[in-house]
Amino acid sequence: MKITLTINGKQHTHDVEPRISLTQYLREVVHLTGTHIGCDTSGCGACTVTMNGDAVKSCTVLAVQADGAQITTIEGMANGTEMHPIQEAFKEHHGLQCGFCTPGMVMTAADILKNNPSPSEAEIRGGLKGNFCRCTGYHNIVKSIQHAAEKISG
Amino acid sequence: MGNFIGKAVKRREDARFLKGAGKYTDDIKLPGMTQAAFVRSPYAHAKILNVDISEAQKAEGVVAIFTANDACGEYGVPCGWQVDFKNGETMREPKHPLLAKDKIRHIGEAVAIVIAESLELARDAAELVEVDYEELPAVTDPKKAMEEGAPLVHDDWGDNAAFDWCIGNDRAEVEAAIASAAHVTEMEFRNQRLAPNAIEPRCYIADYDVNGDKWTLYTSTQNPHLIRLLLCAFVLGIPEHRVRVISYDVGGGFGSKIYHYTEEALLTWASKEIGRPVKWNADRSEAFLTDAHGRDHVVKSKMGFDKDGKIVAHLTDEYCAMGAYLSTFAPAVPTYLHGTLFQGVYTTPLIHLNVTAPFTHTVPVDAYRGAGRPEATYLLERMLSKAAMEMNMDQAEIRYKNFIPPFDGIEQAGYQTQVALQYDSGNYKGTLERGLAMLGYEDFKKEQEEARKKGKLLGVGISTYIEGCGIAPSAVVGSLGARAGLYEVGHVRVQPTGKVSVFTGAHSHGQGHETVFAQFVADKLGIDMDDVEIVHGDTEQVAFGMGTYGSRSLAVGGSAIIKSVEKVLEKGAKIAAHKLEAAEEDLEYAEGKWTVKGTDKSVSFGDVSLTAYVPHDYPEGLEPGLDFSSFYDPTNFTYPFGAHIAVVEVSEETGKVDLKRFVACDDVGNVMNPMIVDGQIHGGVAQGIGQALLEEVVYDDGGQMINGSYMDYAMPRADDLPMIETDRTTTPCPHNPLGVKGAGEAGAIGSTPAVVNAVVDALAHLGVTDIQMPLTPQRVWKAMQN
Amino acid sequence: MIPAKFDYIKASSVEEAVDLLDKHGMDAKVLAGGHSLIPAMKLRLNRPEVLIDISGISEMNSIVEEGDEIIIGANCTHKEILQSDLVNAHVNILAQAAETIGDIQVRNKGTIGGSLAHADPSADYPAVVLACDSNIEVQGKGGARTISATDFFQGIFTTALEDDEIITAIKFPKVSNGNYQKFYQSASRFAVVGVAAVKNGDSVKVGVTGVADTPYRATAVESAFSGSSDAADHAVDGVEVMSDHFADADYRAHLAKVFVRKALEA
Repeated sequence: MKITLTINGKQHTHDVEPRISLTQYLREVVHLTGTHIGCDTSGCGACTVTMNGDAVKSCTVLAVQADGAQITTIEGMANGTEMHPIQEAFKEHHGLQCGFCTPGMVMTAADILKNNPSPSEAEIRGGLKGNFCRCTGYHNIVKSIQHAAEKISG
Repeated sequence: MGNFIGKAVKRREDARFLKGAGKYTDDIKLPGMTQAAFVRSPYAHAKILNVDISEAQKAEGVVAIFTANDACGEYGVPCGWQVDFKNGETMREPKHPLLAKDKIRHIGEAVAIVIAESLELARDAAELVEVDYEELPAVTDPKKAMEEGAPLVHDDWGDNAAFDWCIGNDRAEVEAAIASAAHVTEMEFRNQRLAPNAIEPRCYIADYDVNGDKWTLYTSTQNPHLIRLLLCAFVLGIPEHRVRVISYDVGGGFGSKIYHYTEEALLTWASKEIGRPVKWNADRSEAFLTDAHGRDHVVKSKMGFDKDGKIVAHLTDEYCAMGAYLSTFAPAVPTYLHGTLFQGVYTTPLIHLNVTAPFTHTVPVDAYRGAGRPEATYLLERMLSKAAMEMNMDQAEIRYKNFIPPFDGIEQAGYQTQVALQYDSGNYKGTLERGLAMLGYEDFKKEQEEARKKGKLLGVGISTYIEGCGIAPSAVVGSLGARAGLYEVGHVRVQPTGKVSVFTGAHSHGQGHETVFAQFVADKLGIDMDDVEIVHGDTEQVAFGMGTYGSRSLAVGGSAIIKSVEKVLEKGAKIAAHKLEAAEEDLEYAEGKWTVKGTDKSVSFGDVSLTAYVPHDYPEGLEPGLDFSSFYDPTNFTYPFGAHIAVVEVSEETGKVDLKRFVACDDVGNVMNPMIVDGQIHGGVAQGIGQALLEEVVYDDGGQMINGSYMDYAMPRADDLPMIETDRTTTPCPHNPLGVKGAGEAGAIGSTPAVVNAVVDALAHLGVTDIQMPLTPQRVWKAMQN
Repeated sequence: MIPAKFDYIKASSVEEAVDLLDKHGMDAKVLAGGHSLIPAMKLRLNRPEVLIDISGISEMNSIVEEGDEIIIGANCTHKEILQSDLVNAHVNILAQAAETIGDIQVRNKGTIGGSLAHADPSADYPAVVLACDSNIEVQGKGGARTISATDFFQGIFTTALEDDEIITAIKFPKVSNGNYQKFYQSASRFAVVGVAAVKNGDSVKVGVTGVADTPYRATAVESAFSGSSDAADHAVDGVEVMSDHFADADYRAHLAKVFVRKALEA
């Protein structure tokens, strides 16, 4: 099936098998390997991207379902060499260790802050519950998002 | 103190991870690469009657299908540690085949590998492989595995024991001391089986180059050199110098990526057979079924106390599951990494541990964060808090009564335990004092009393742990059955321009070596961190190495690098002396230059480096170049310790535990980067809390895993945890150059009993004395009803 | 992980979706948000030959007020529901339930129609539609019909939907005094017990999910209720309570009573 998507502002058209997930499409066809597969069944959140502005688990979206959609992946968060404030905050506050869950965390954080620019700690933790991290105990991820919120809302 | 050591330097690896530019194995694509899928057994124990691949072979895109009837059926992966029976009988070491031939011994064991042009086609074809099984009864519980008439995992021996083992004082003496003790505390429980669950599933790509007769294996491992050694010398019998093992970025390990897995060897073999690269990535179900699990000890323990609460003797018997085969380090985990910690931080004069390690119809068990030490700590710390409760003492008080007094390992000698080790340095009461102060213990006790009056179930739990890490002196572990040395390699190559490349055999999969190692190298050389690059994870770049586990990277790997740095400075001084026309002993080195003492005559590190490579005017007889490699073999383990304290509130209605606070005061020796040490503690604590409250792999009686998915296996999510309050005391390690002890496992070792002690404390007035982990709402609620 | 092969058809209208379902019969599956179906297909527990994607049918995508009812299109996501002013004003209990579902990502994509049609015995919405006495609007080859919530759920993953029918909308009567209480399963965050109570003076309607293999109206609670939450003791009267490794039947029955009480007292 032929699909056309806008990924990180750039239009892509490909012929894909319907059974290919959006994650696989991004990784294997568009070569954007920042979106990771941790469980492939929407349990871990490592594959989170935004689709038309909302965070989704791309492993549970078929590429064909995303036809016509605007997708932002972790690769689209920075503005050239300048990292997004969320990315900056993760670096500043050690919000990552092995880095594998990190793209999903950053993309989910973007959704949290879009809908709630100054979330409480409990709201951040609630917002992250679809994303597993096995390295950080979430402590510094929560801190990173708190600081990103402050930075973004200035 | 230099410019970088001890500072919270931000990680240099973060930029690539945050931009999605990390290079994990699954991100690598090679030209002509094929994809593998496995046909795995749905049974835990079965005879394989027939494997029919004929339909699958006809499927679209299939490149090859192999079963145990092919040449790969001859190979098996080895065990790296030998623990013989107490009576001298050799450890029973069954072949661990790459593919099962006649018999299945755990659910998920591979029967065939299907290689196709794409992952989709490999999966489709794998479904067409027809396997006829005859299901057999299985045993998954380690204690039941030793009962008369239990189904045998391996038919070669009369029972399921892989080995048995004991450590400590004479059993009769220990029993007698307990029999005459003023108070005896007893416990029986299971330290439950856990699935490590690194978020990156295992992934391998094998690439055989027919023209060079060379193999490259890309693998998500914690120790590329060890994999190469095992793969070449012990599995496939291929020349080690023609095999390159690469592990770039690895998405978490926690022990589960130490071992040499069957799939790594099978892919390496298959790549040559098909003449093309082949990739396999585990899906999450396969990870649950085939990654080595952790823990799984069935424990029965007695501890005798005098009337003042001082421990007089400790006796424990354990059944510790090995799983269906012996994984790489499995025999060491419930023995040398476990029994040797039974002294804890206490002066216990008499200790005896007896271990029986049976095979079970489950995936192999091996080291998982802490490896043997969390199990030892859980036992000791639960026993102490339970004894305090029974003797109507405070949890802190009973610990203060039993602590080994402070010693620095220099002025005061190391502490010789009853269980083989000599602790390096410690101030055990120091971390507890600090931890209690952080919590506000006395105020909390009042708050608890008030809360109880209002019917609230508030509890506090203490755990004061020690661990043995910085693994390990080779001669010592060799005498204990290790089939490898456990030194590390550090290579410092000063480039002609004075830029420095450091090659380490340690491997970073989250620990931040690229930053921390550069911090101390830059400081020791007095140069900028930007001038230091850390290289790891590639056997063709790094001379050799043993990898990262057992909180060893800095204590052992860092020390190896320091040795090379010292050699660089030693040789640099010779060159500097020549350039300055001064005697070596008249020079001092600071801030990146050699200066003639008492003068302003100096030469910079960069100048000396250039001279070393452009040796026109050069000391006579000195080799050009500034490039050193060192092996560091530690003289002892390192012994981090600390106090962890949890505060919980239990819902009377539902039994749900709400973790209100978690305080950790750890002593990991000198700290290179406090930000990273805190991060390690946070993560370890979270995993330890996971064991206390949420996690357990459950096999049913037939050997089916009933919770092998994220819908059923509960792990801590962000909303399960509070902020982790951390602080440190610093007792340097006296026997390594950086004075460091290691921080990777401490969190997971100290935290689990603190949480369980807190829950039991909250319910003590209801008569609850113990609850089996994980403390699910159901278990806690039921404990309250009884 | 990858599903077995299938054909994908994106339906642009309810009629088209129904025609396709009629044509492909048992070989077809309807795809809405996909959060239950796609993982099951990846695990190859479910292998439809044709997947009919209804998520683009815009006529099923609105939340409107019609007289005493709020009509929610089957394609509305959990997020749209919990953020809807109409829902919050008139069927607040539904927003309460929506907020407890999964996580941000799941709520952004998962739909109410998909959840109801899937009929997971631990899903949240069934308790609410039962307590609200909602009507489920469905359309099939034979035309449209209305199924009352009490008739809709027939068993584990089983509903009153015919093979050629899809849910088009759910009609909620306006309720002012509703409360949803949930005890989470610690791994999946589905409901071990979910209780929806809608009070109207001295009468109450109680929907319970997670407890039995089919969500049910706790009629014993309803008839015992006269203002006191003690009626909660009847939460599992006549019910065969489920058992799994998170909650055996005893504990689950206890939780059912606790959470019915909470919902009645809220």
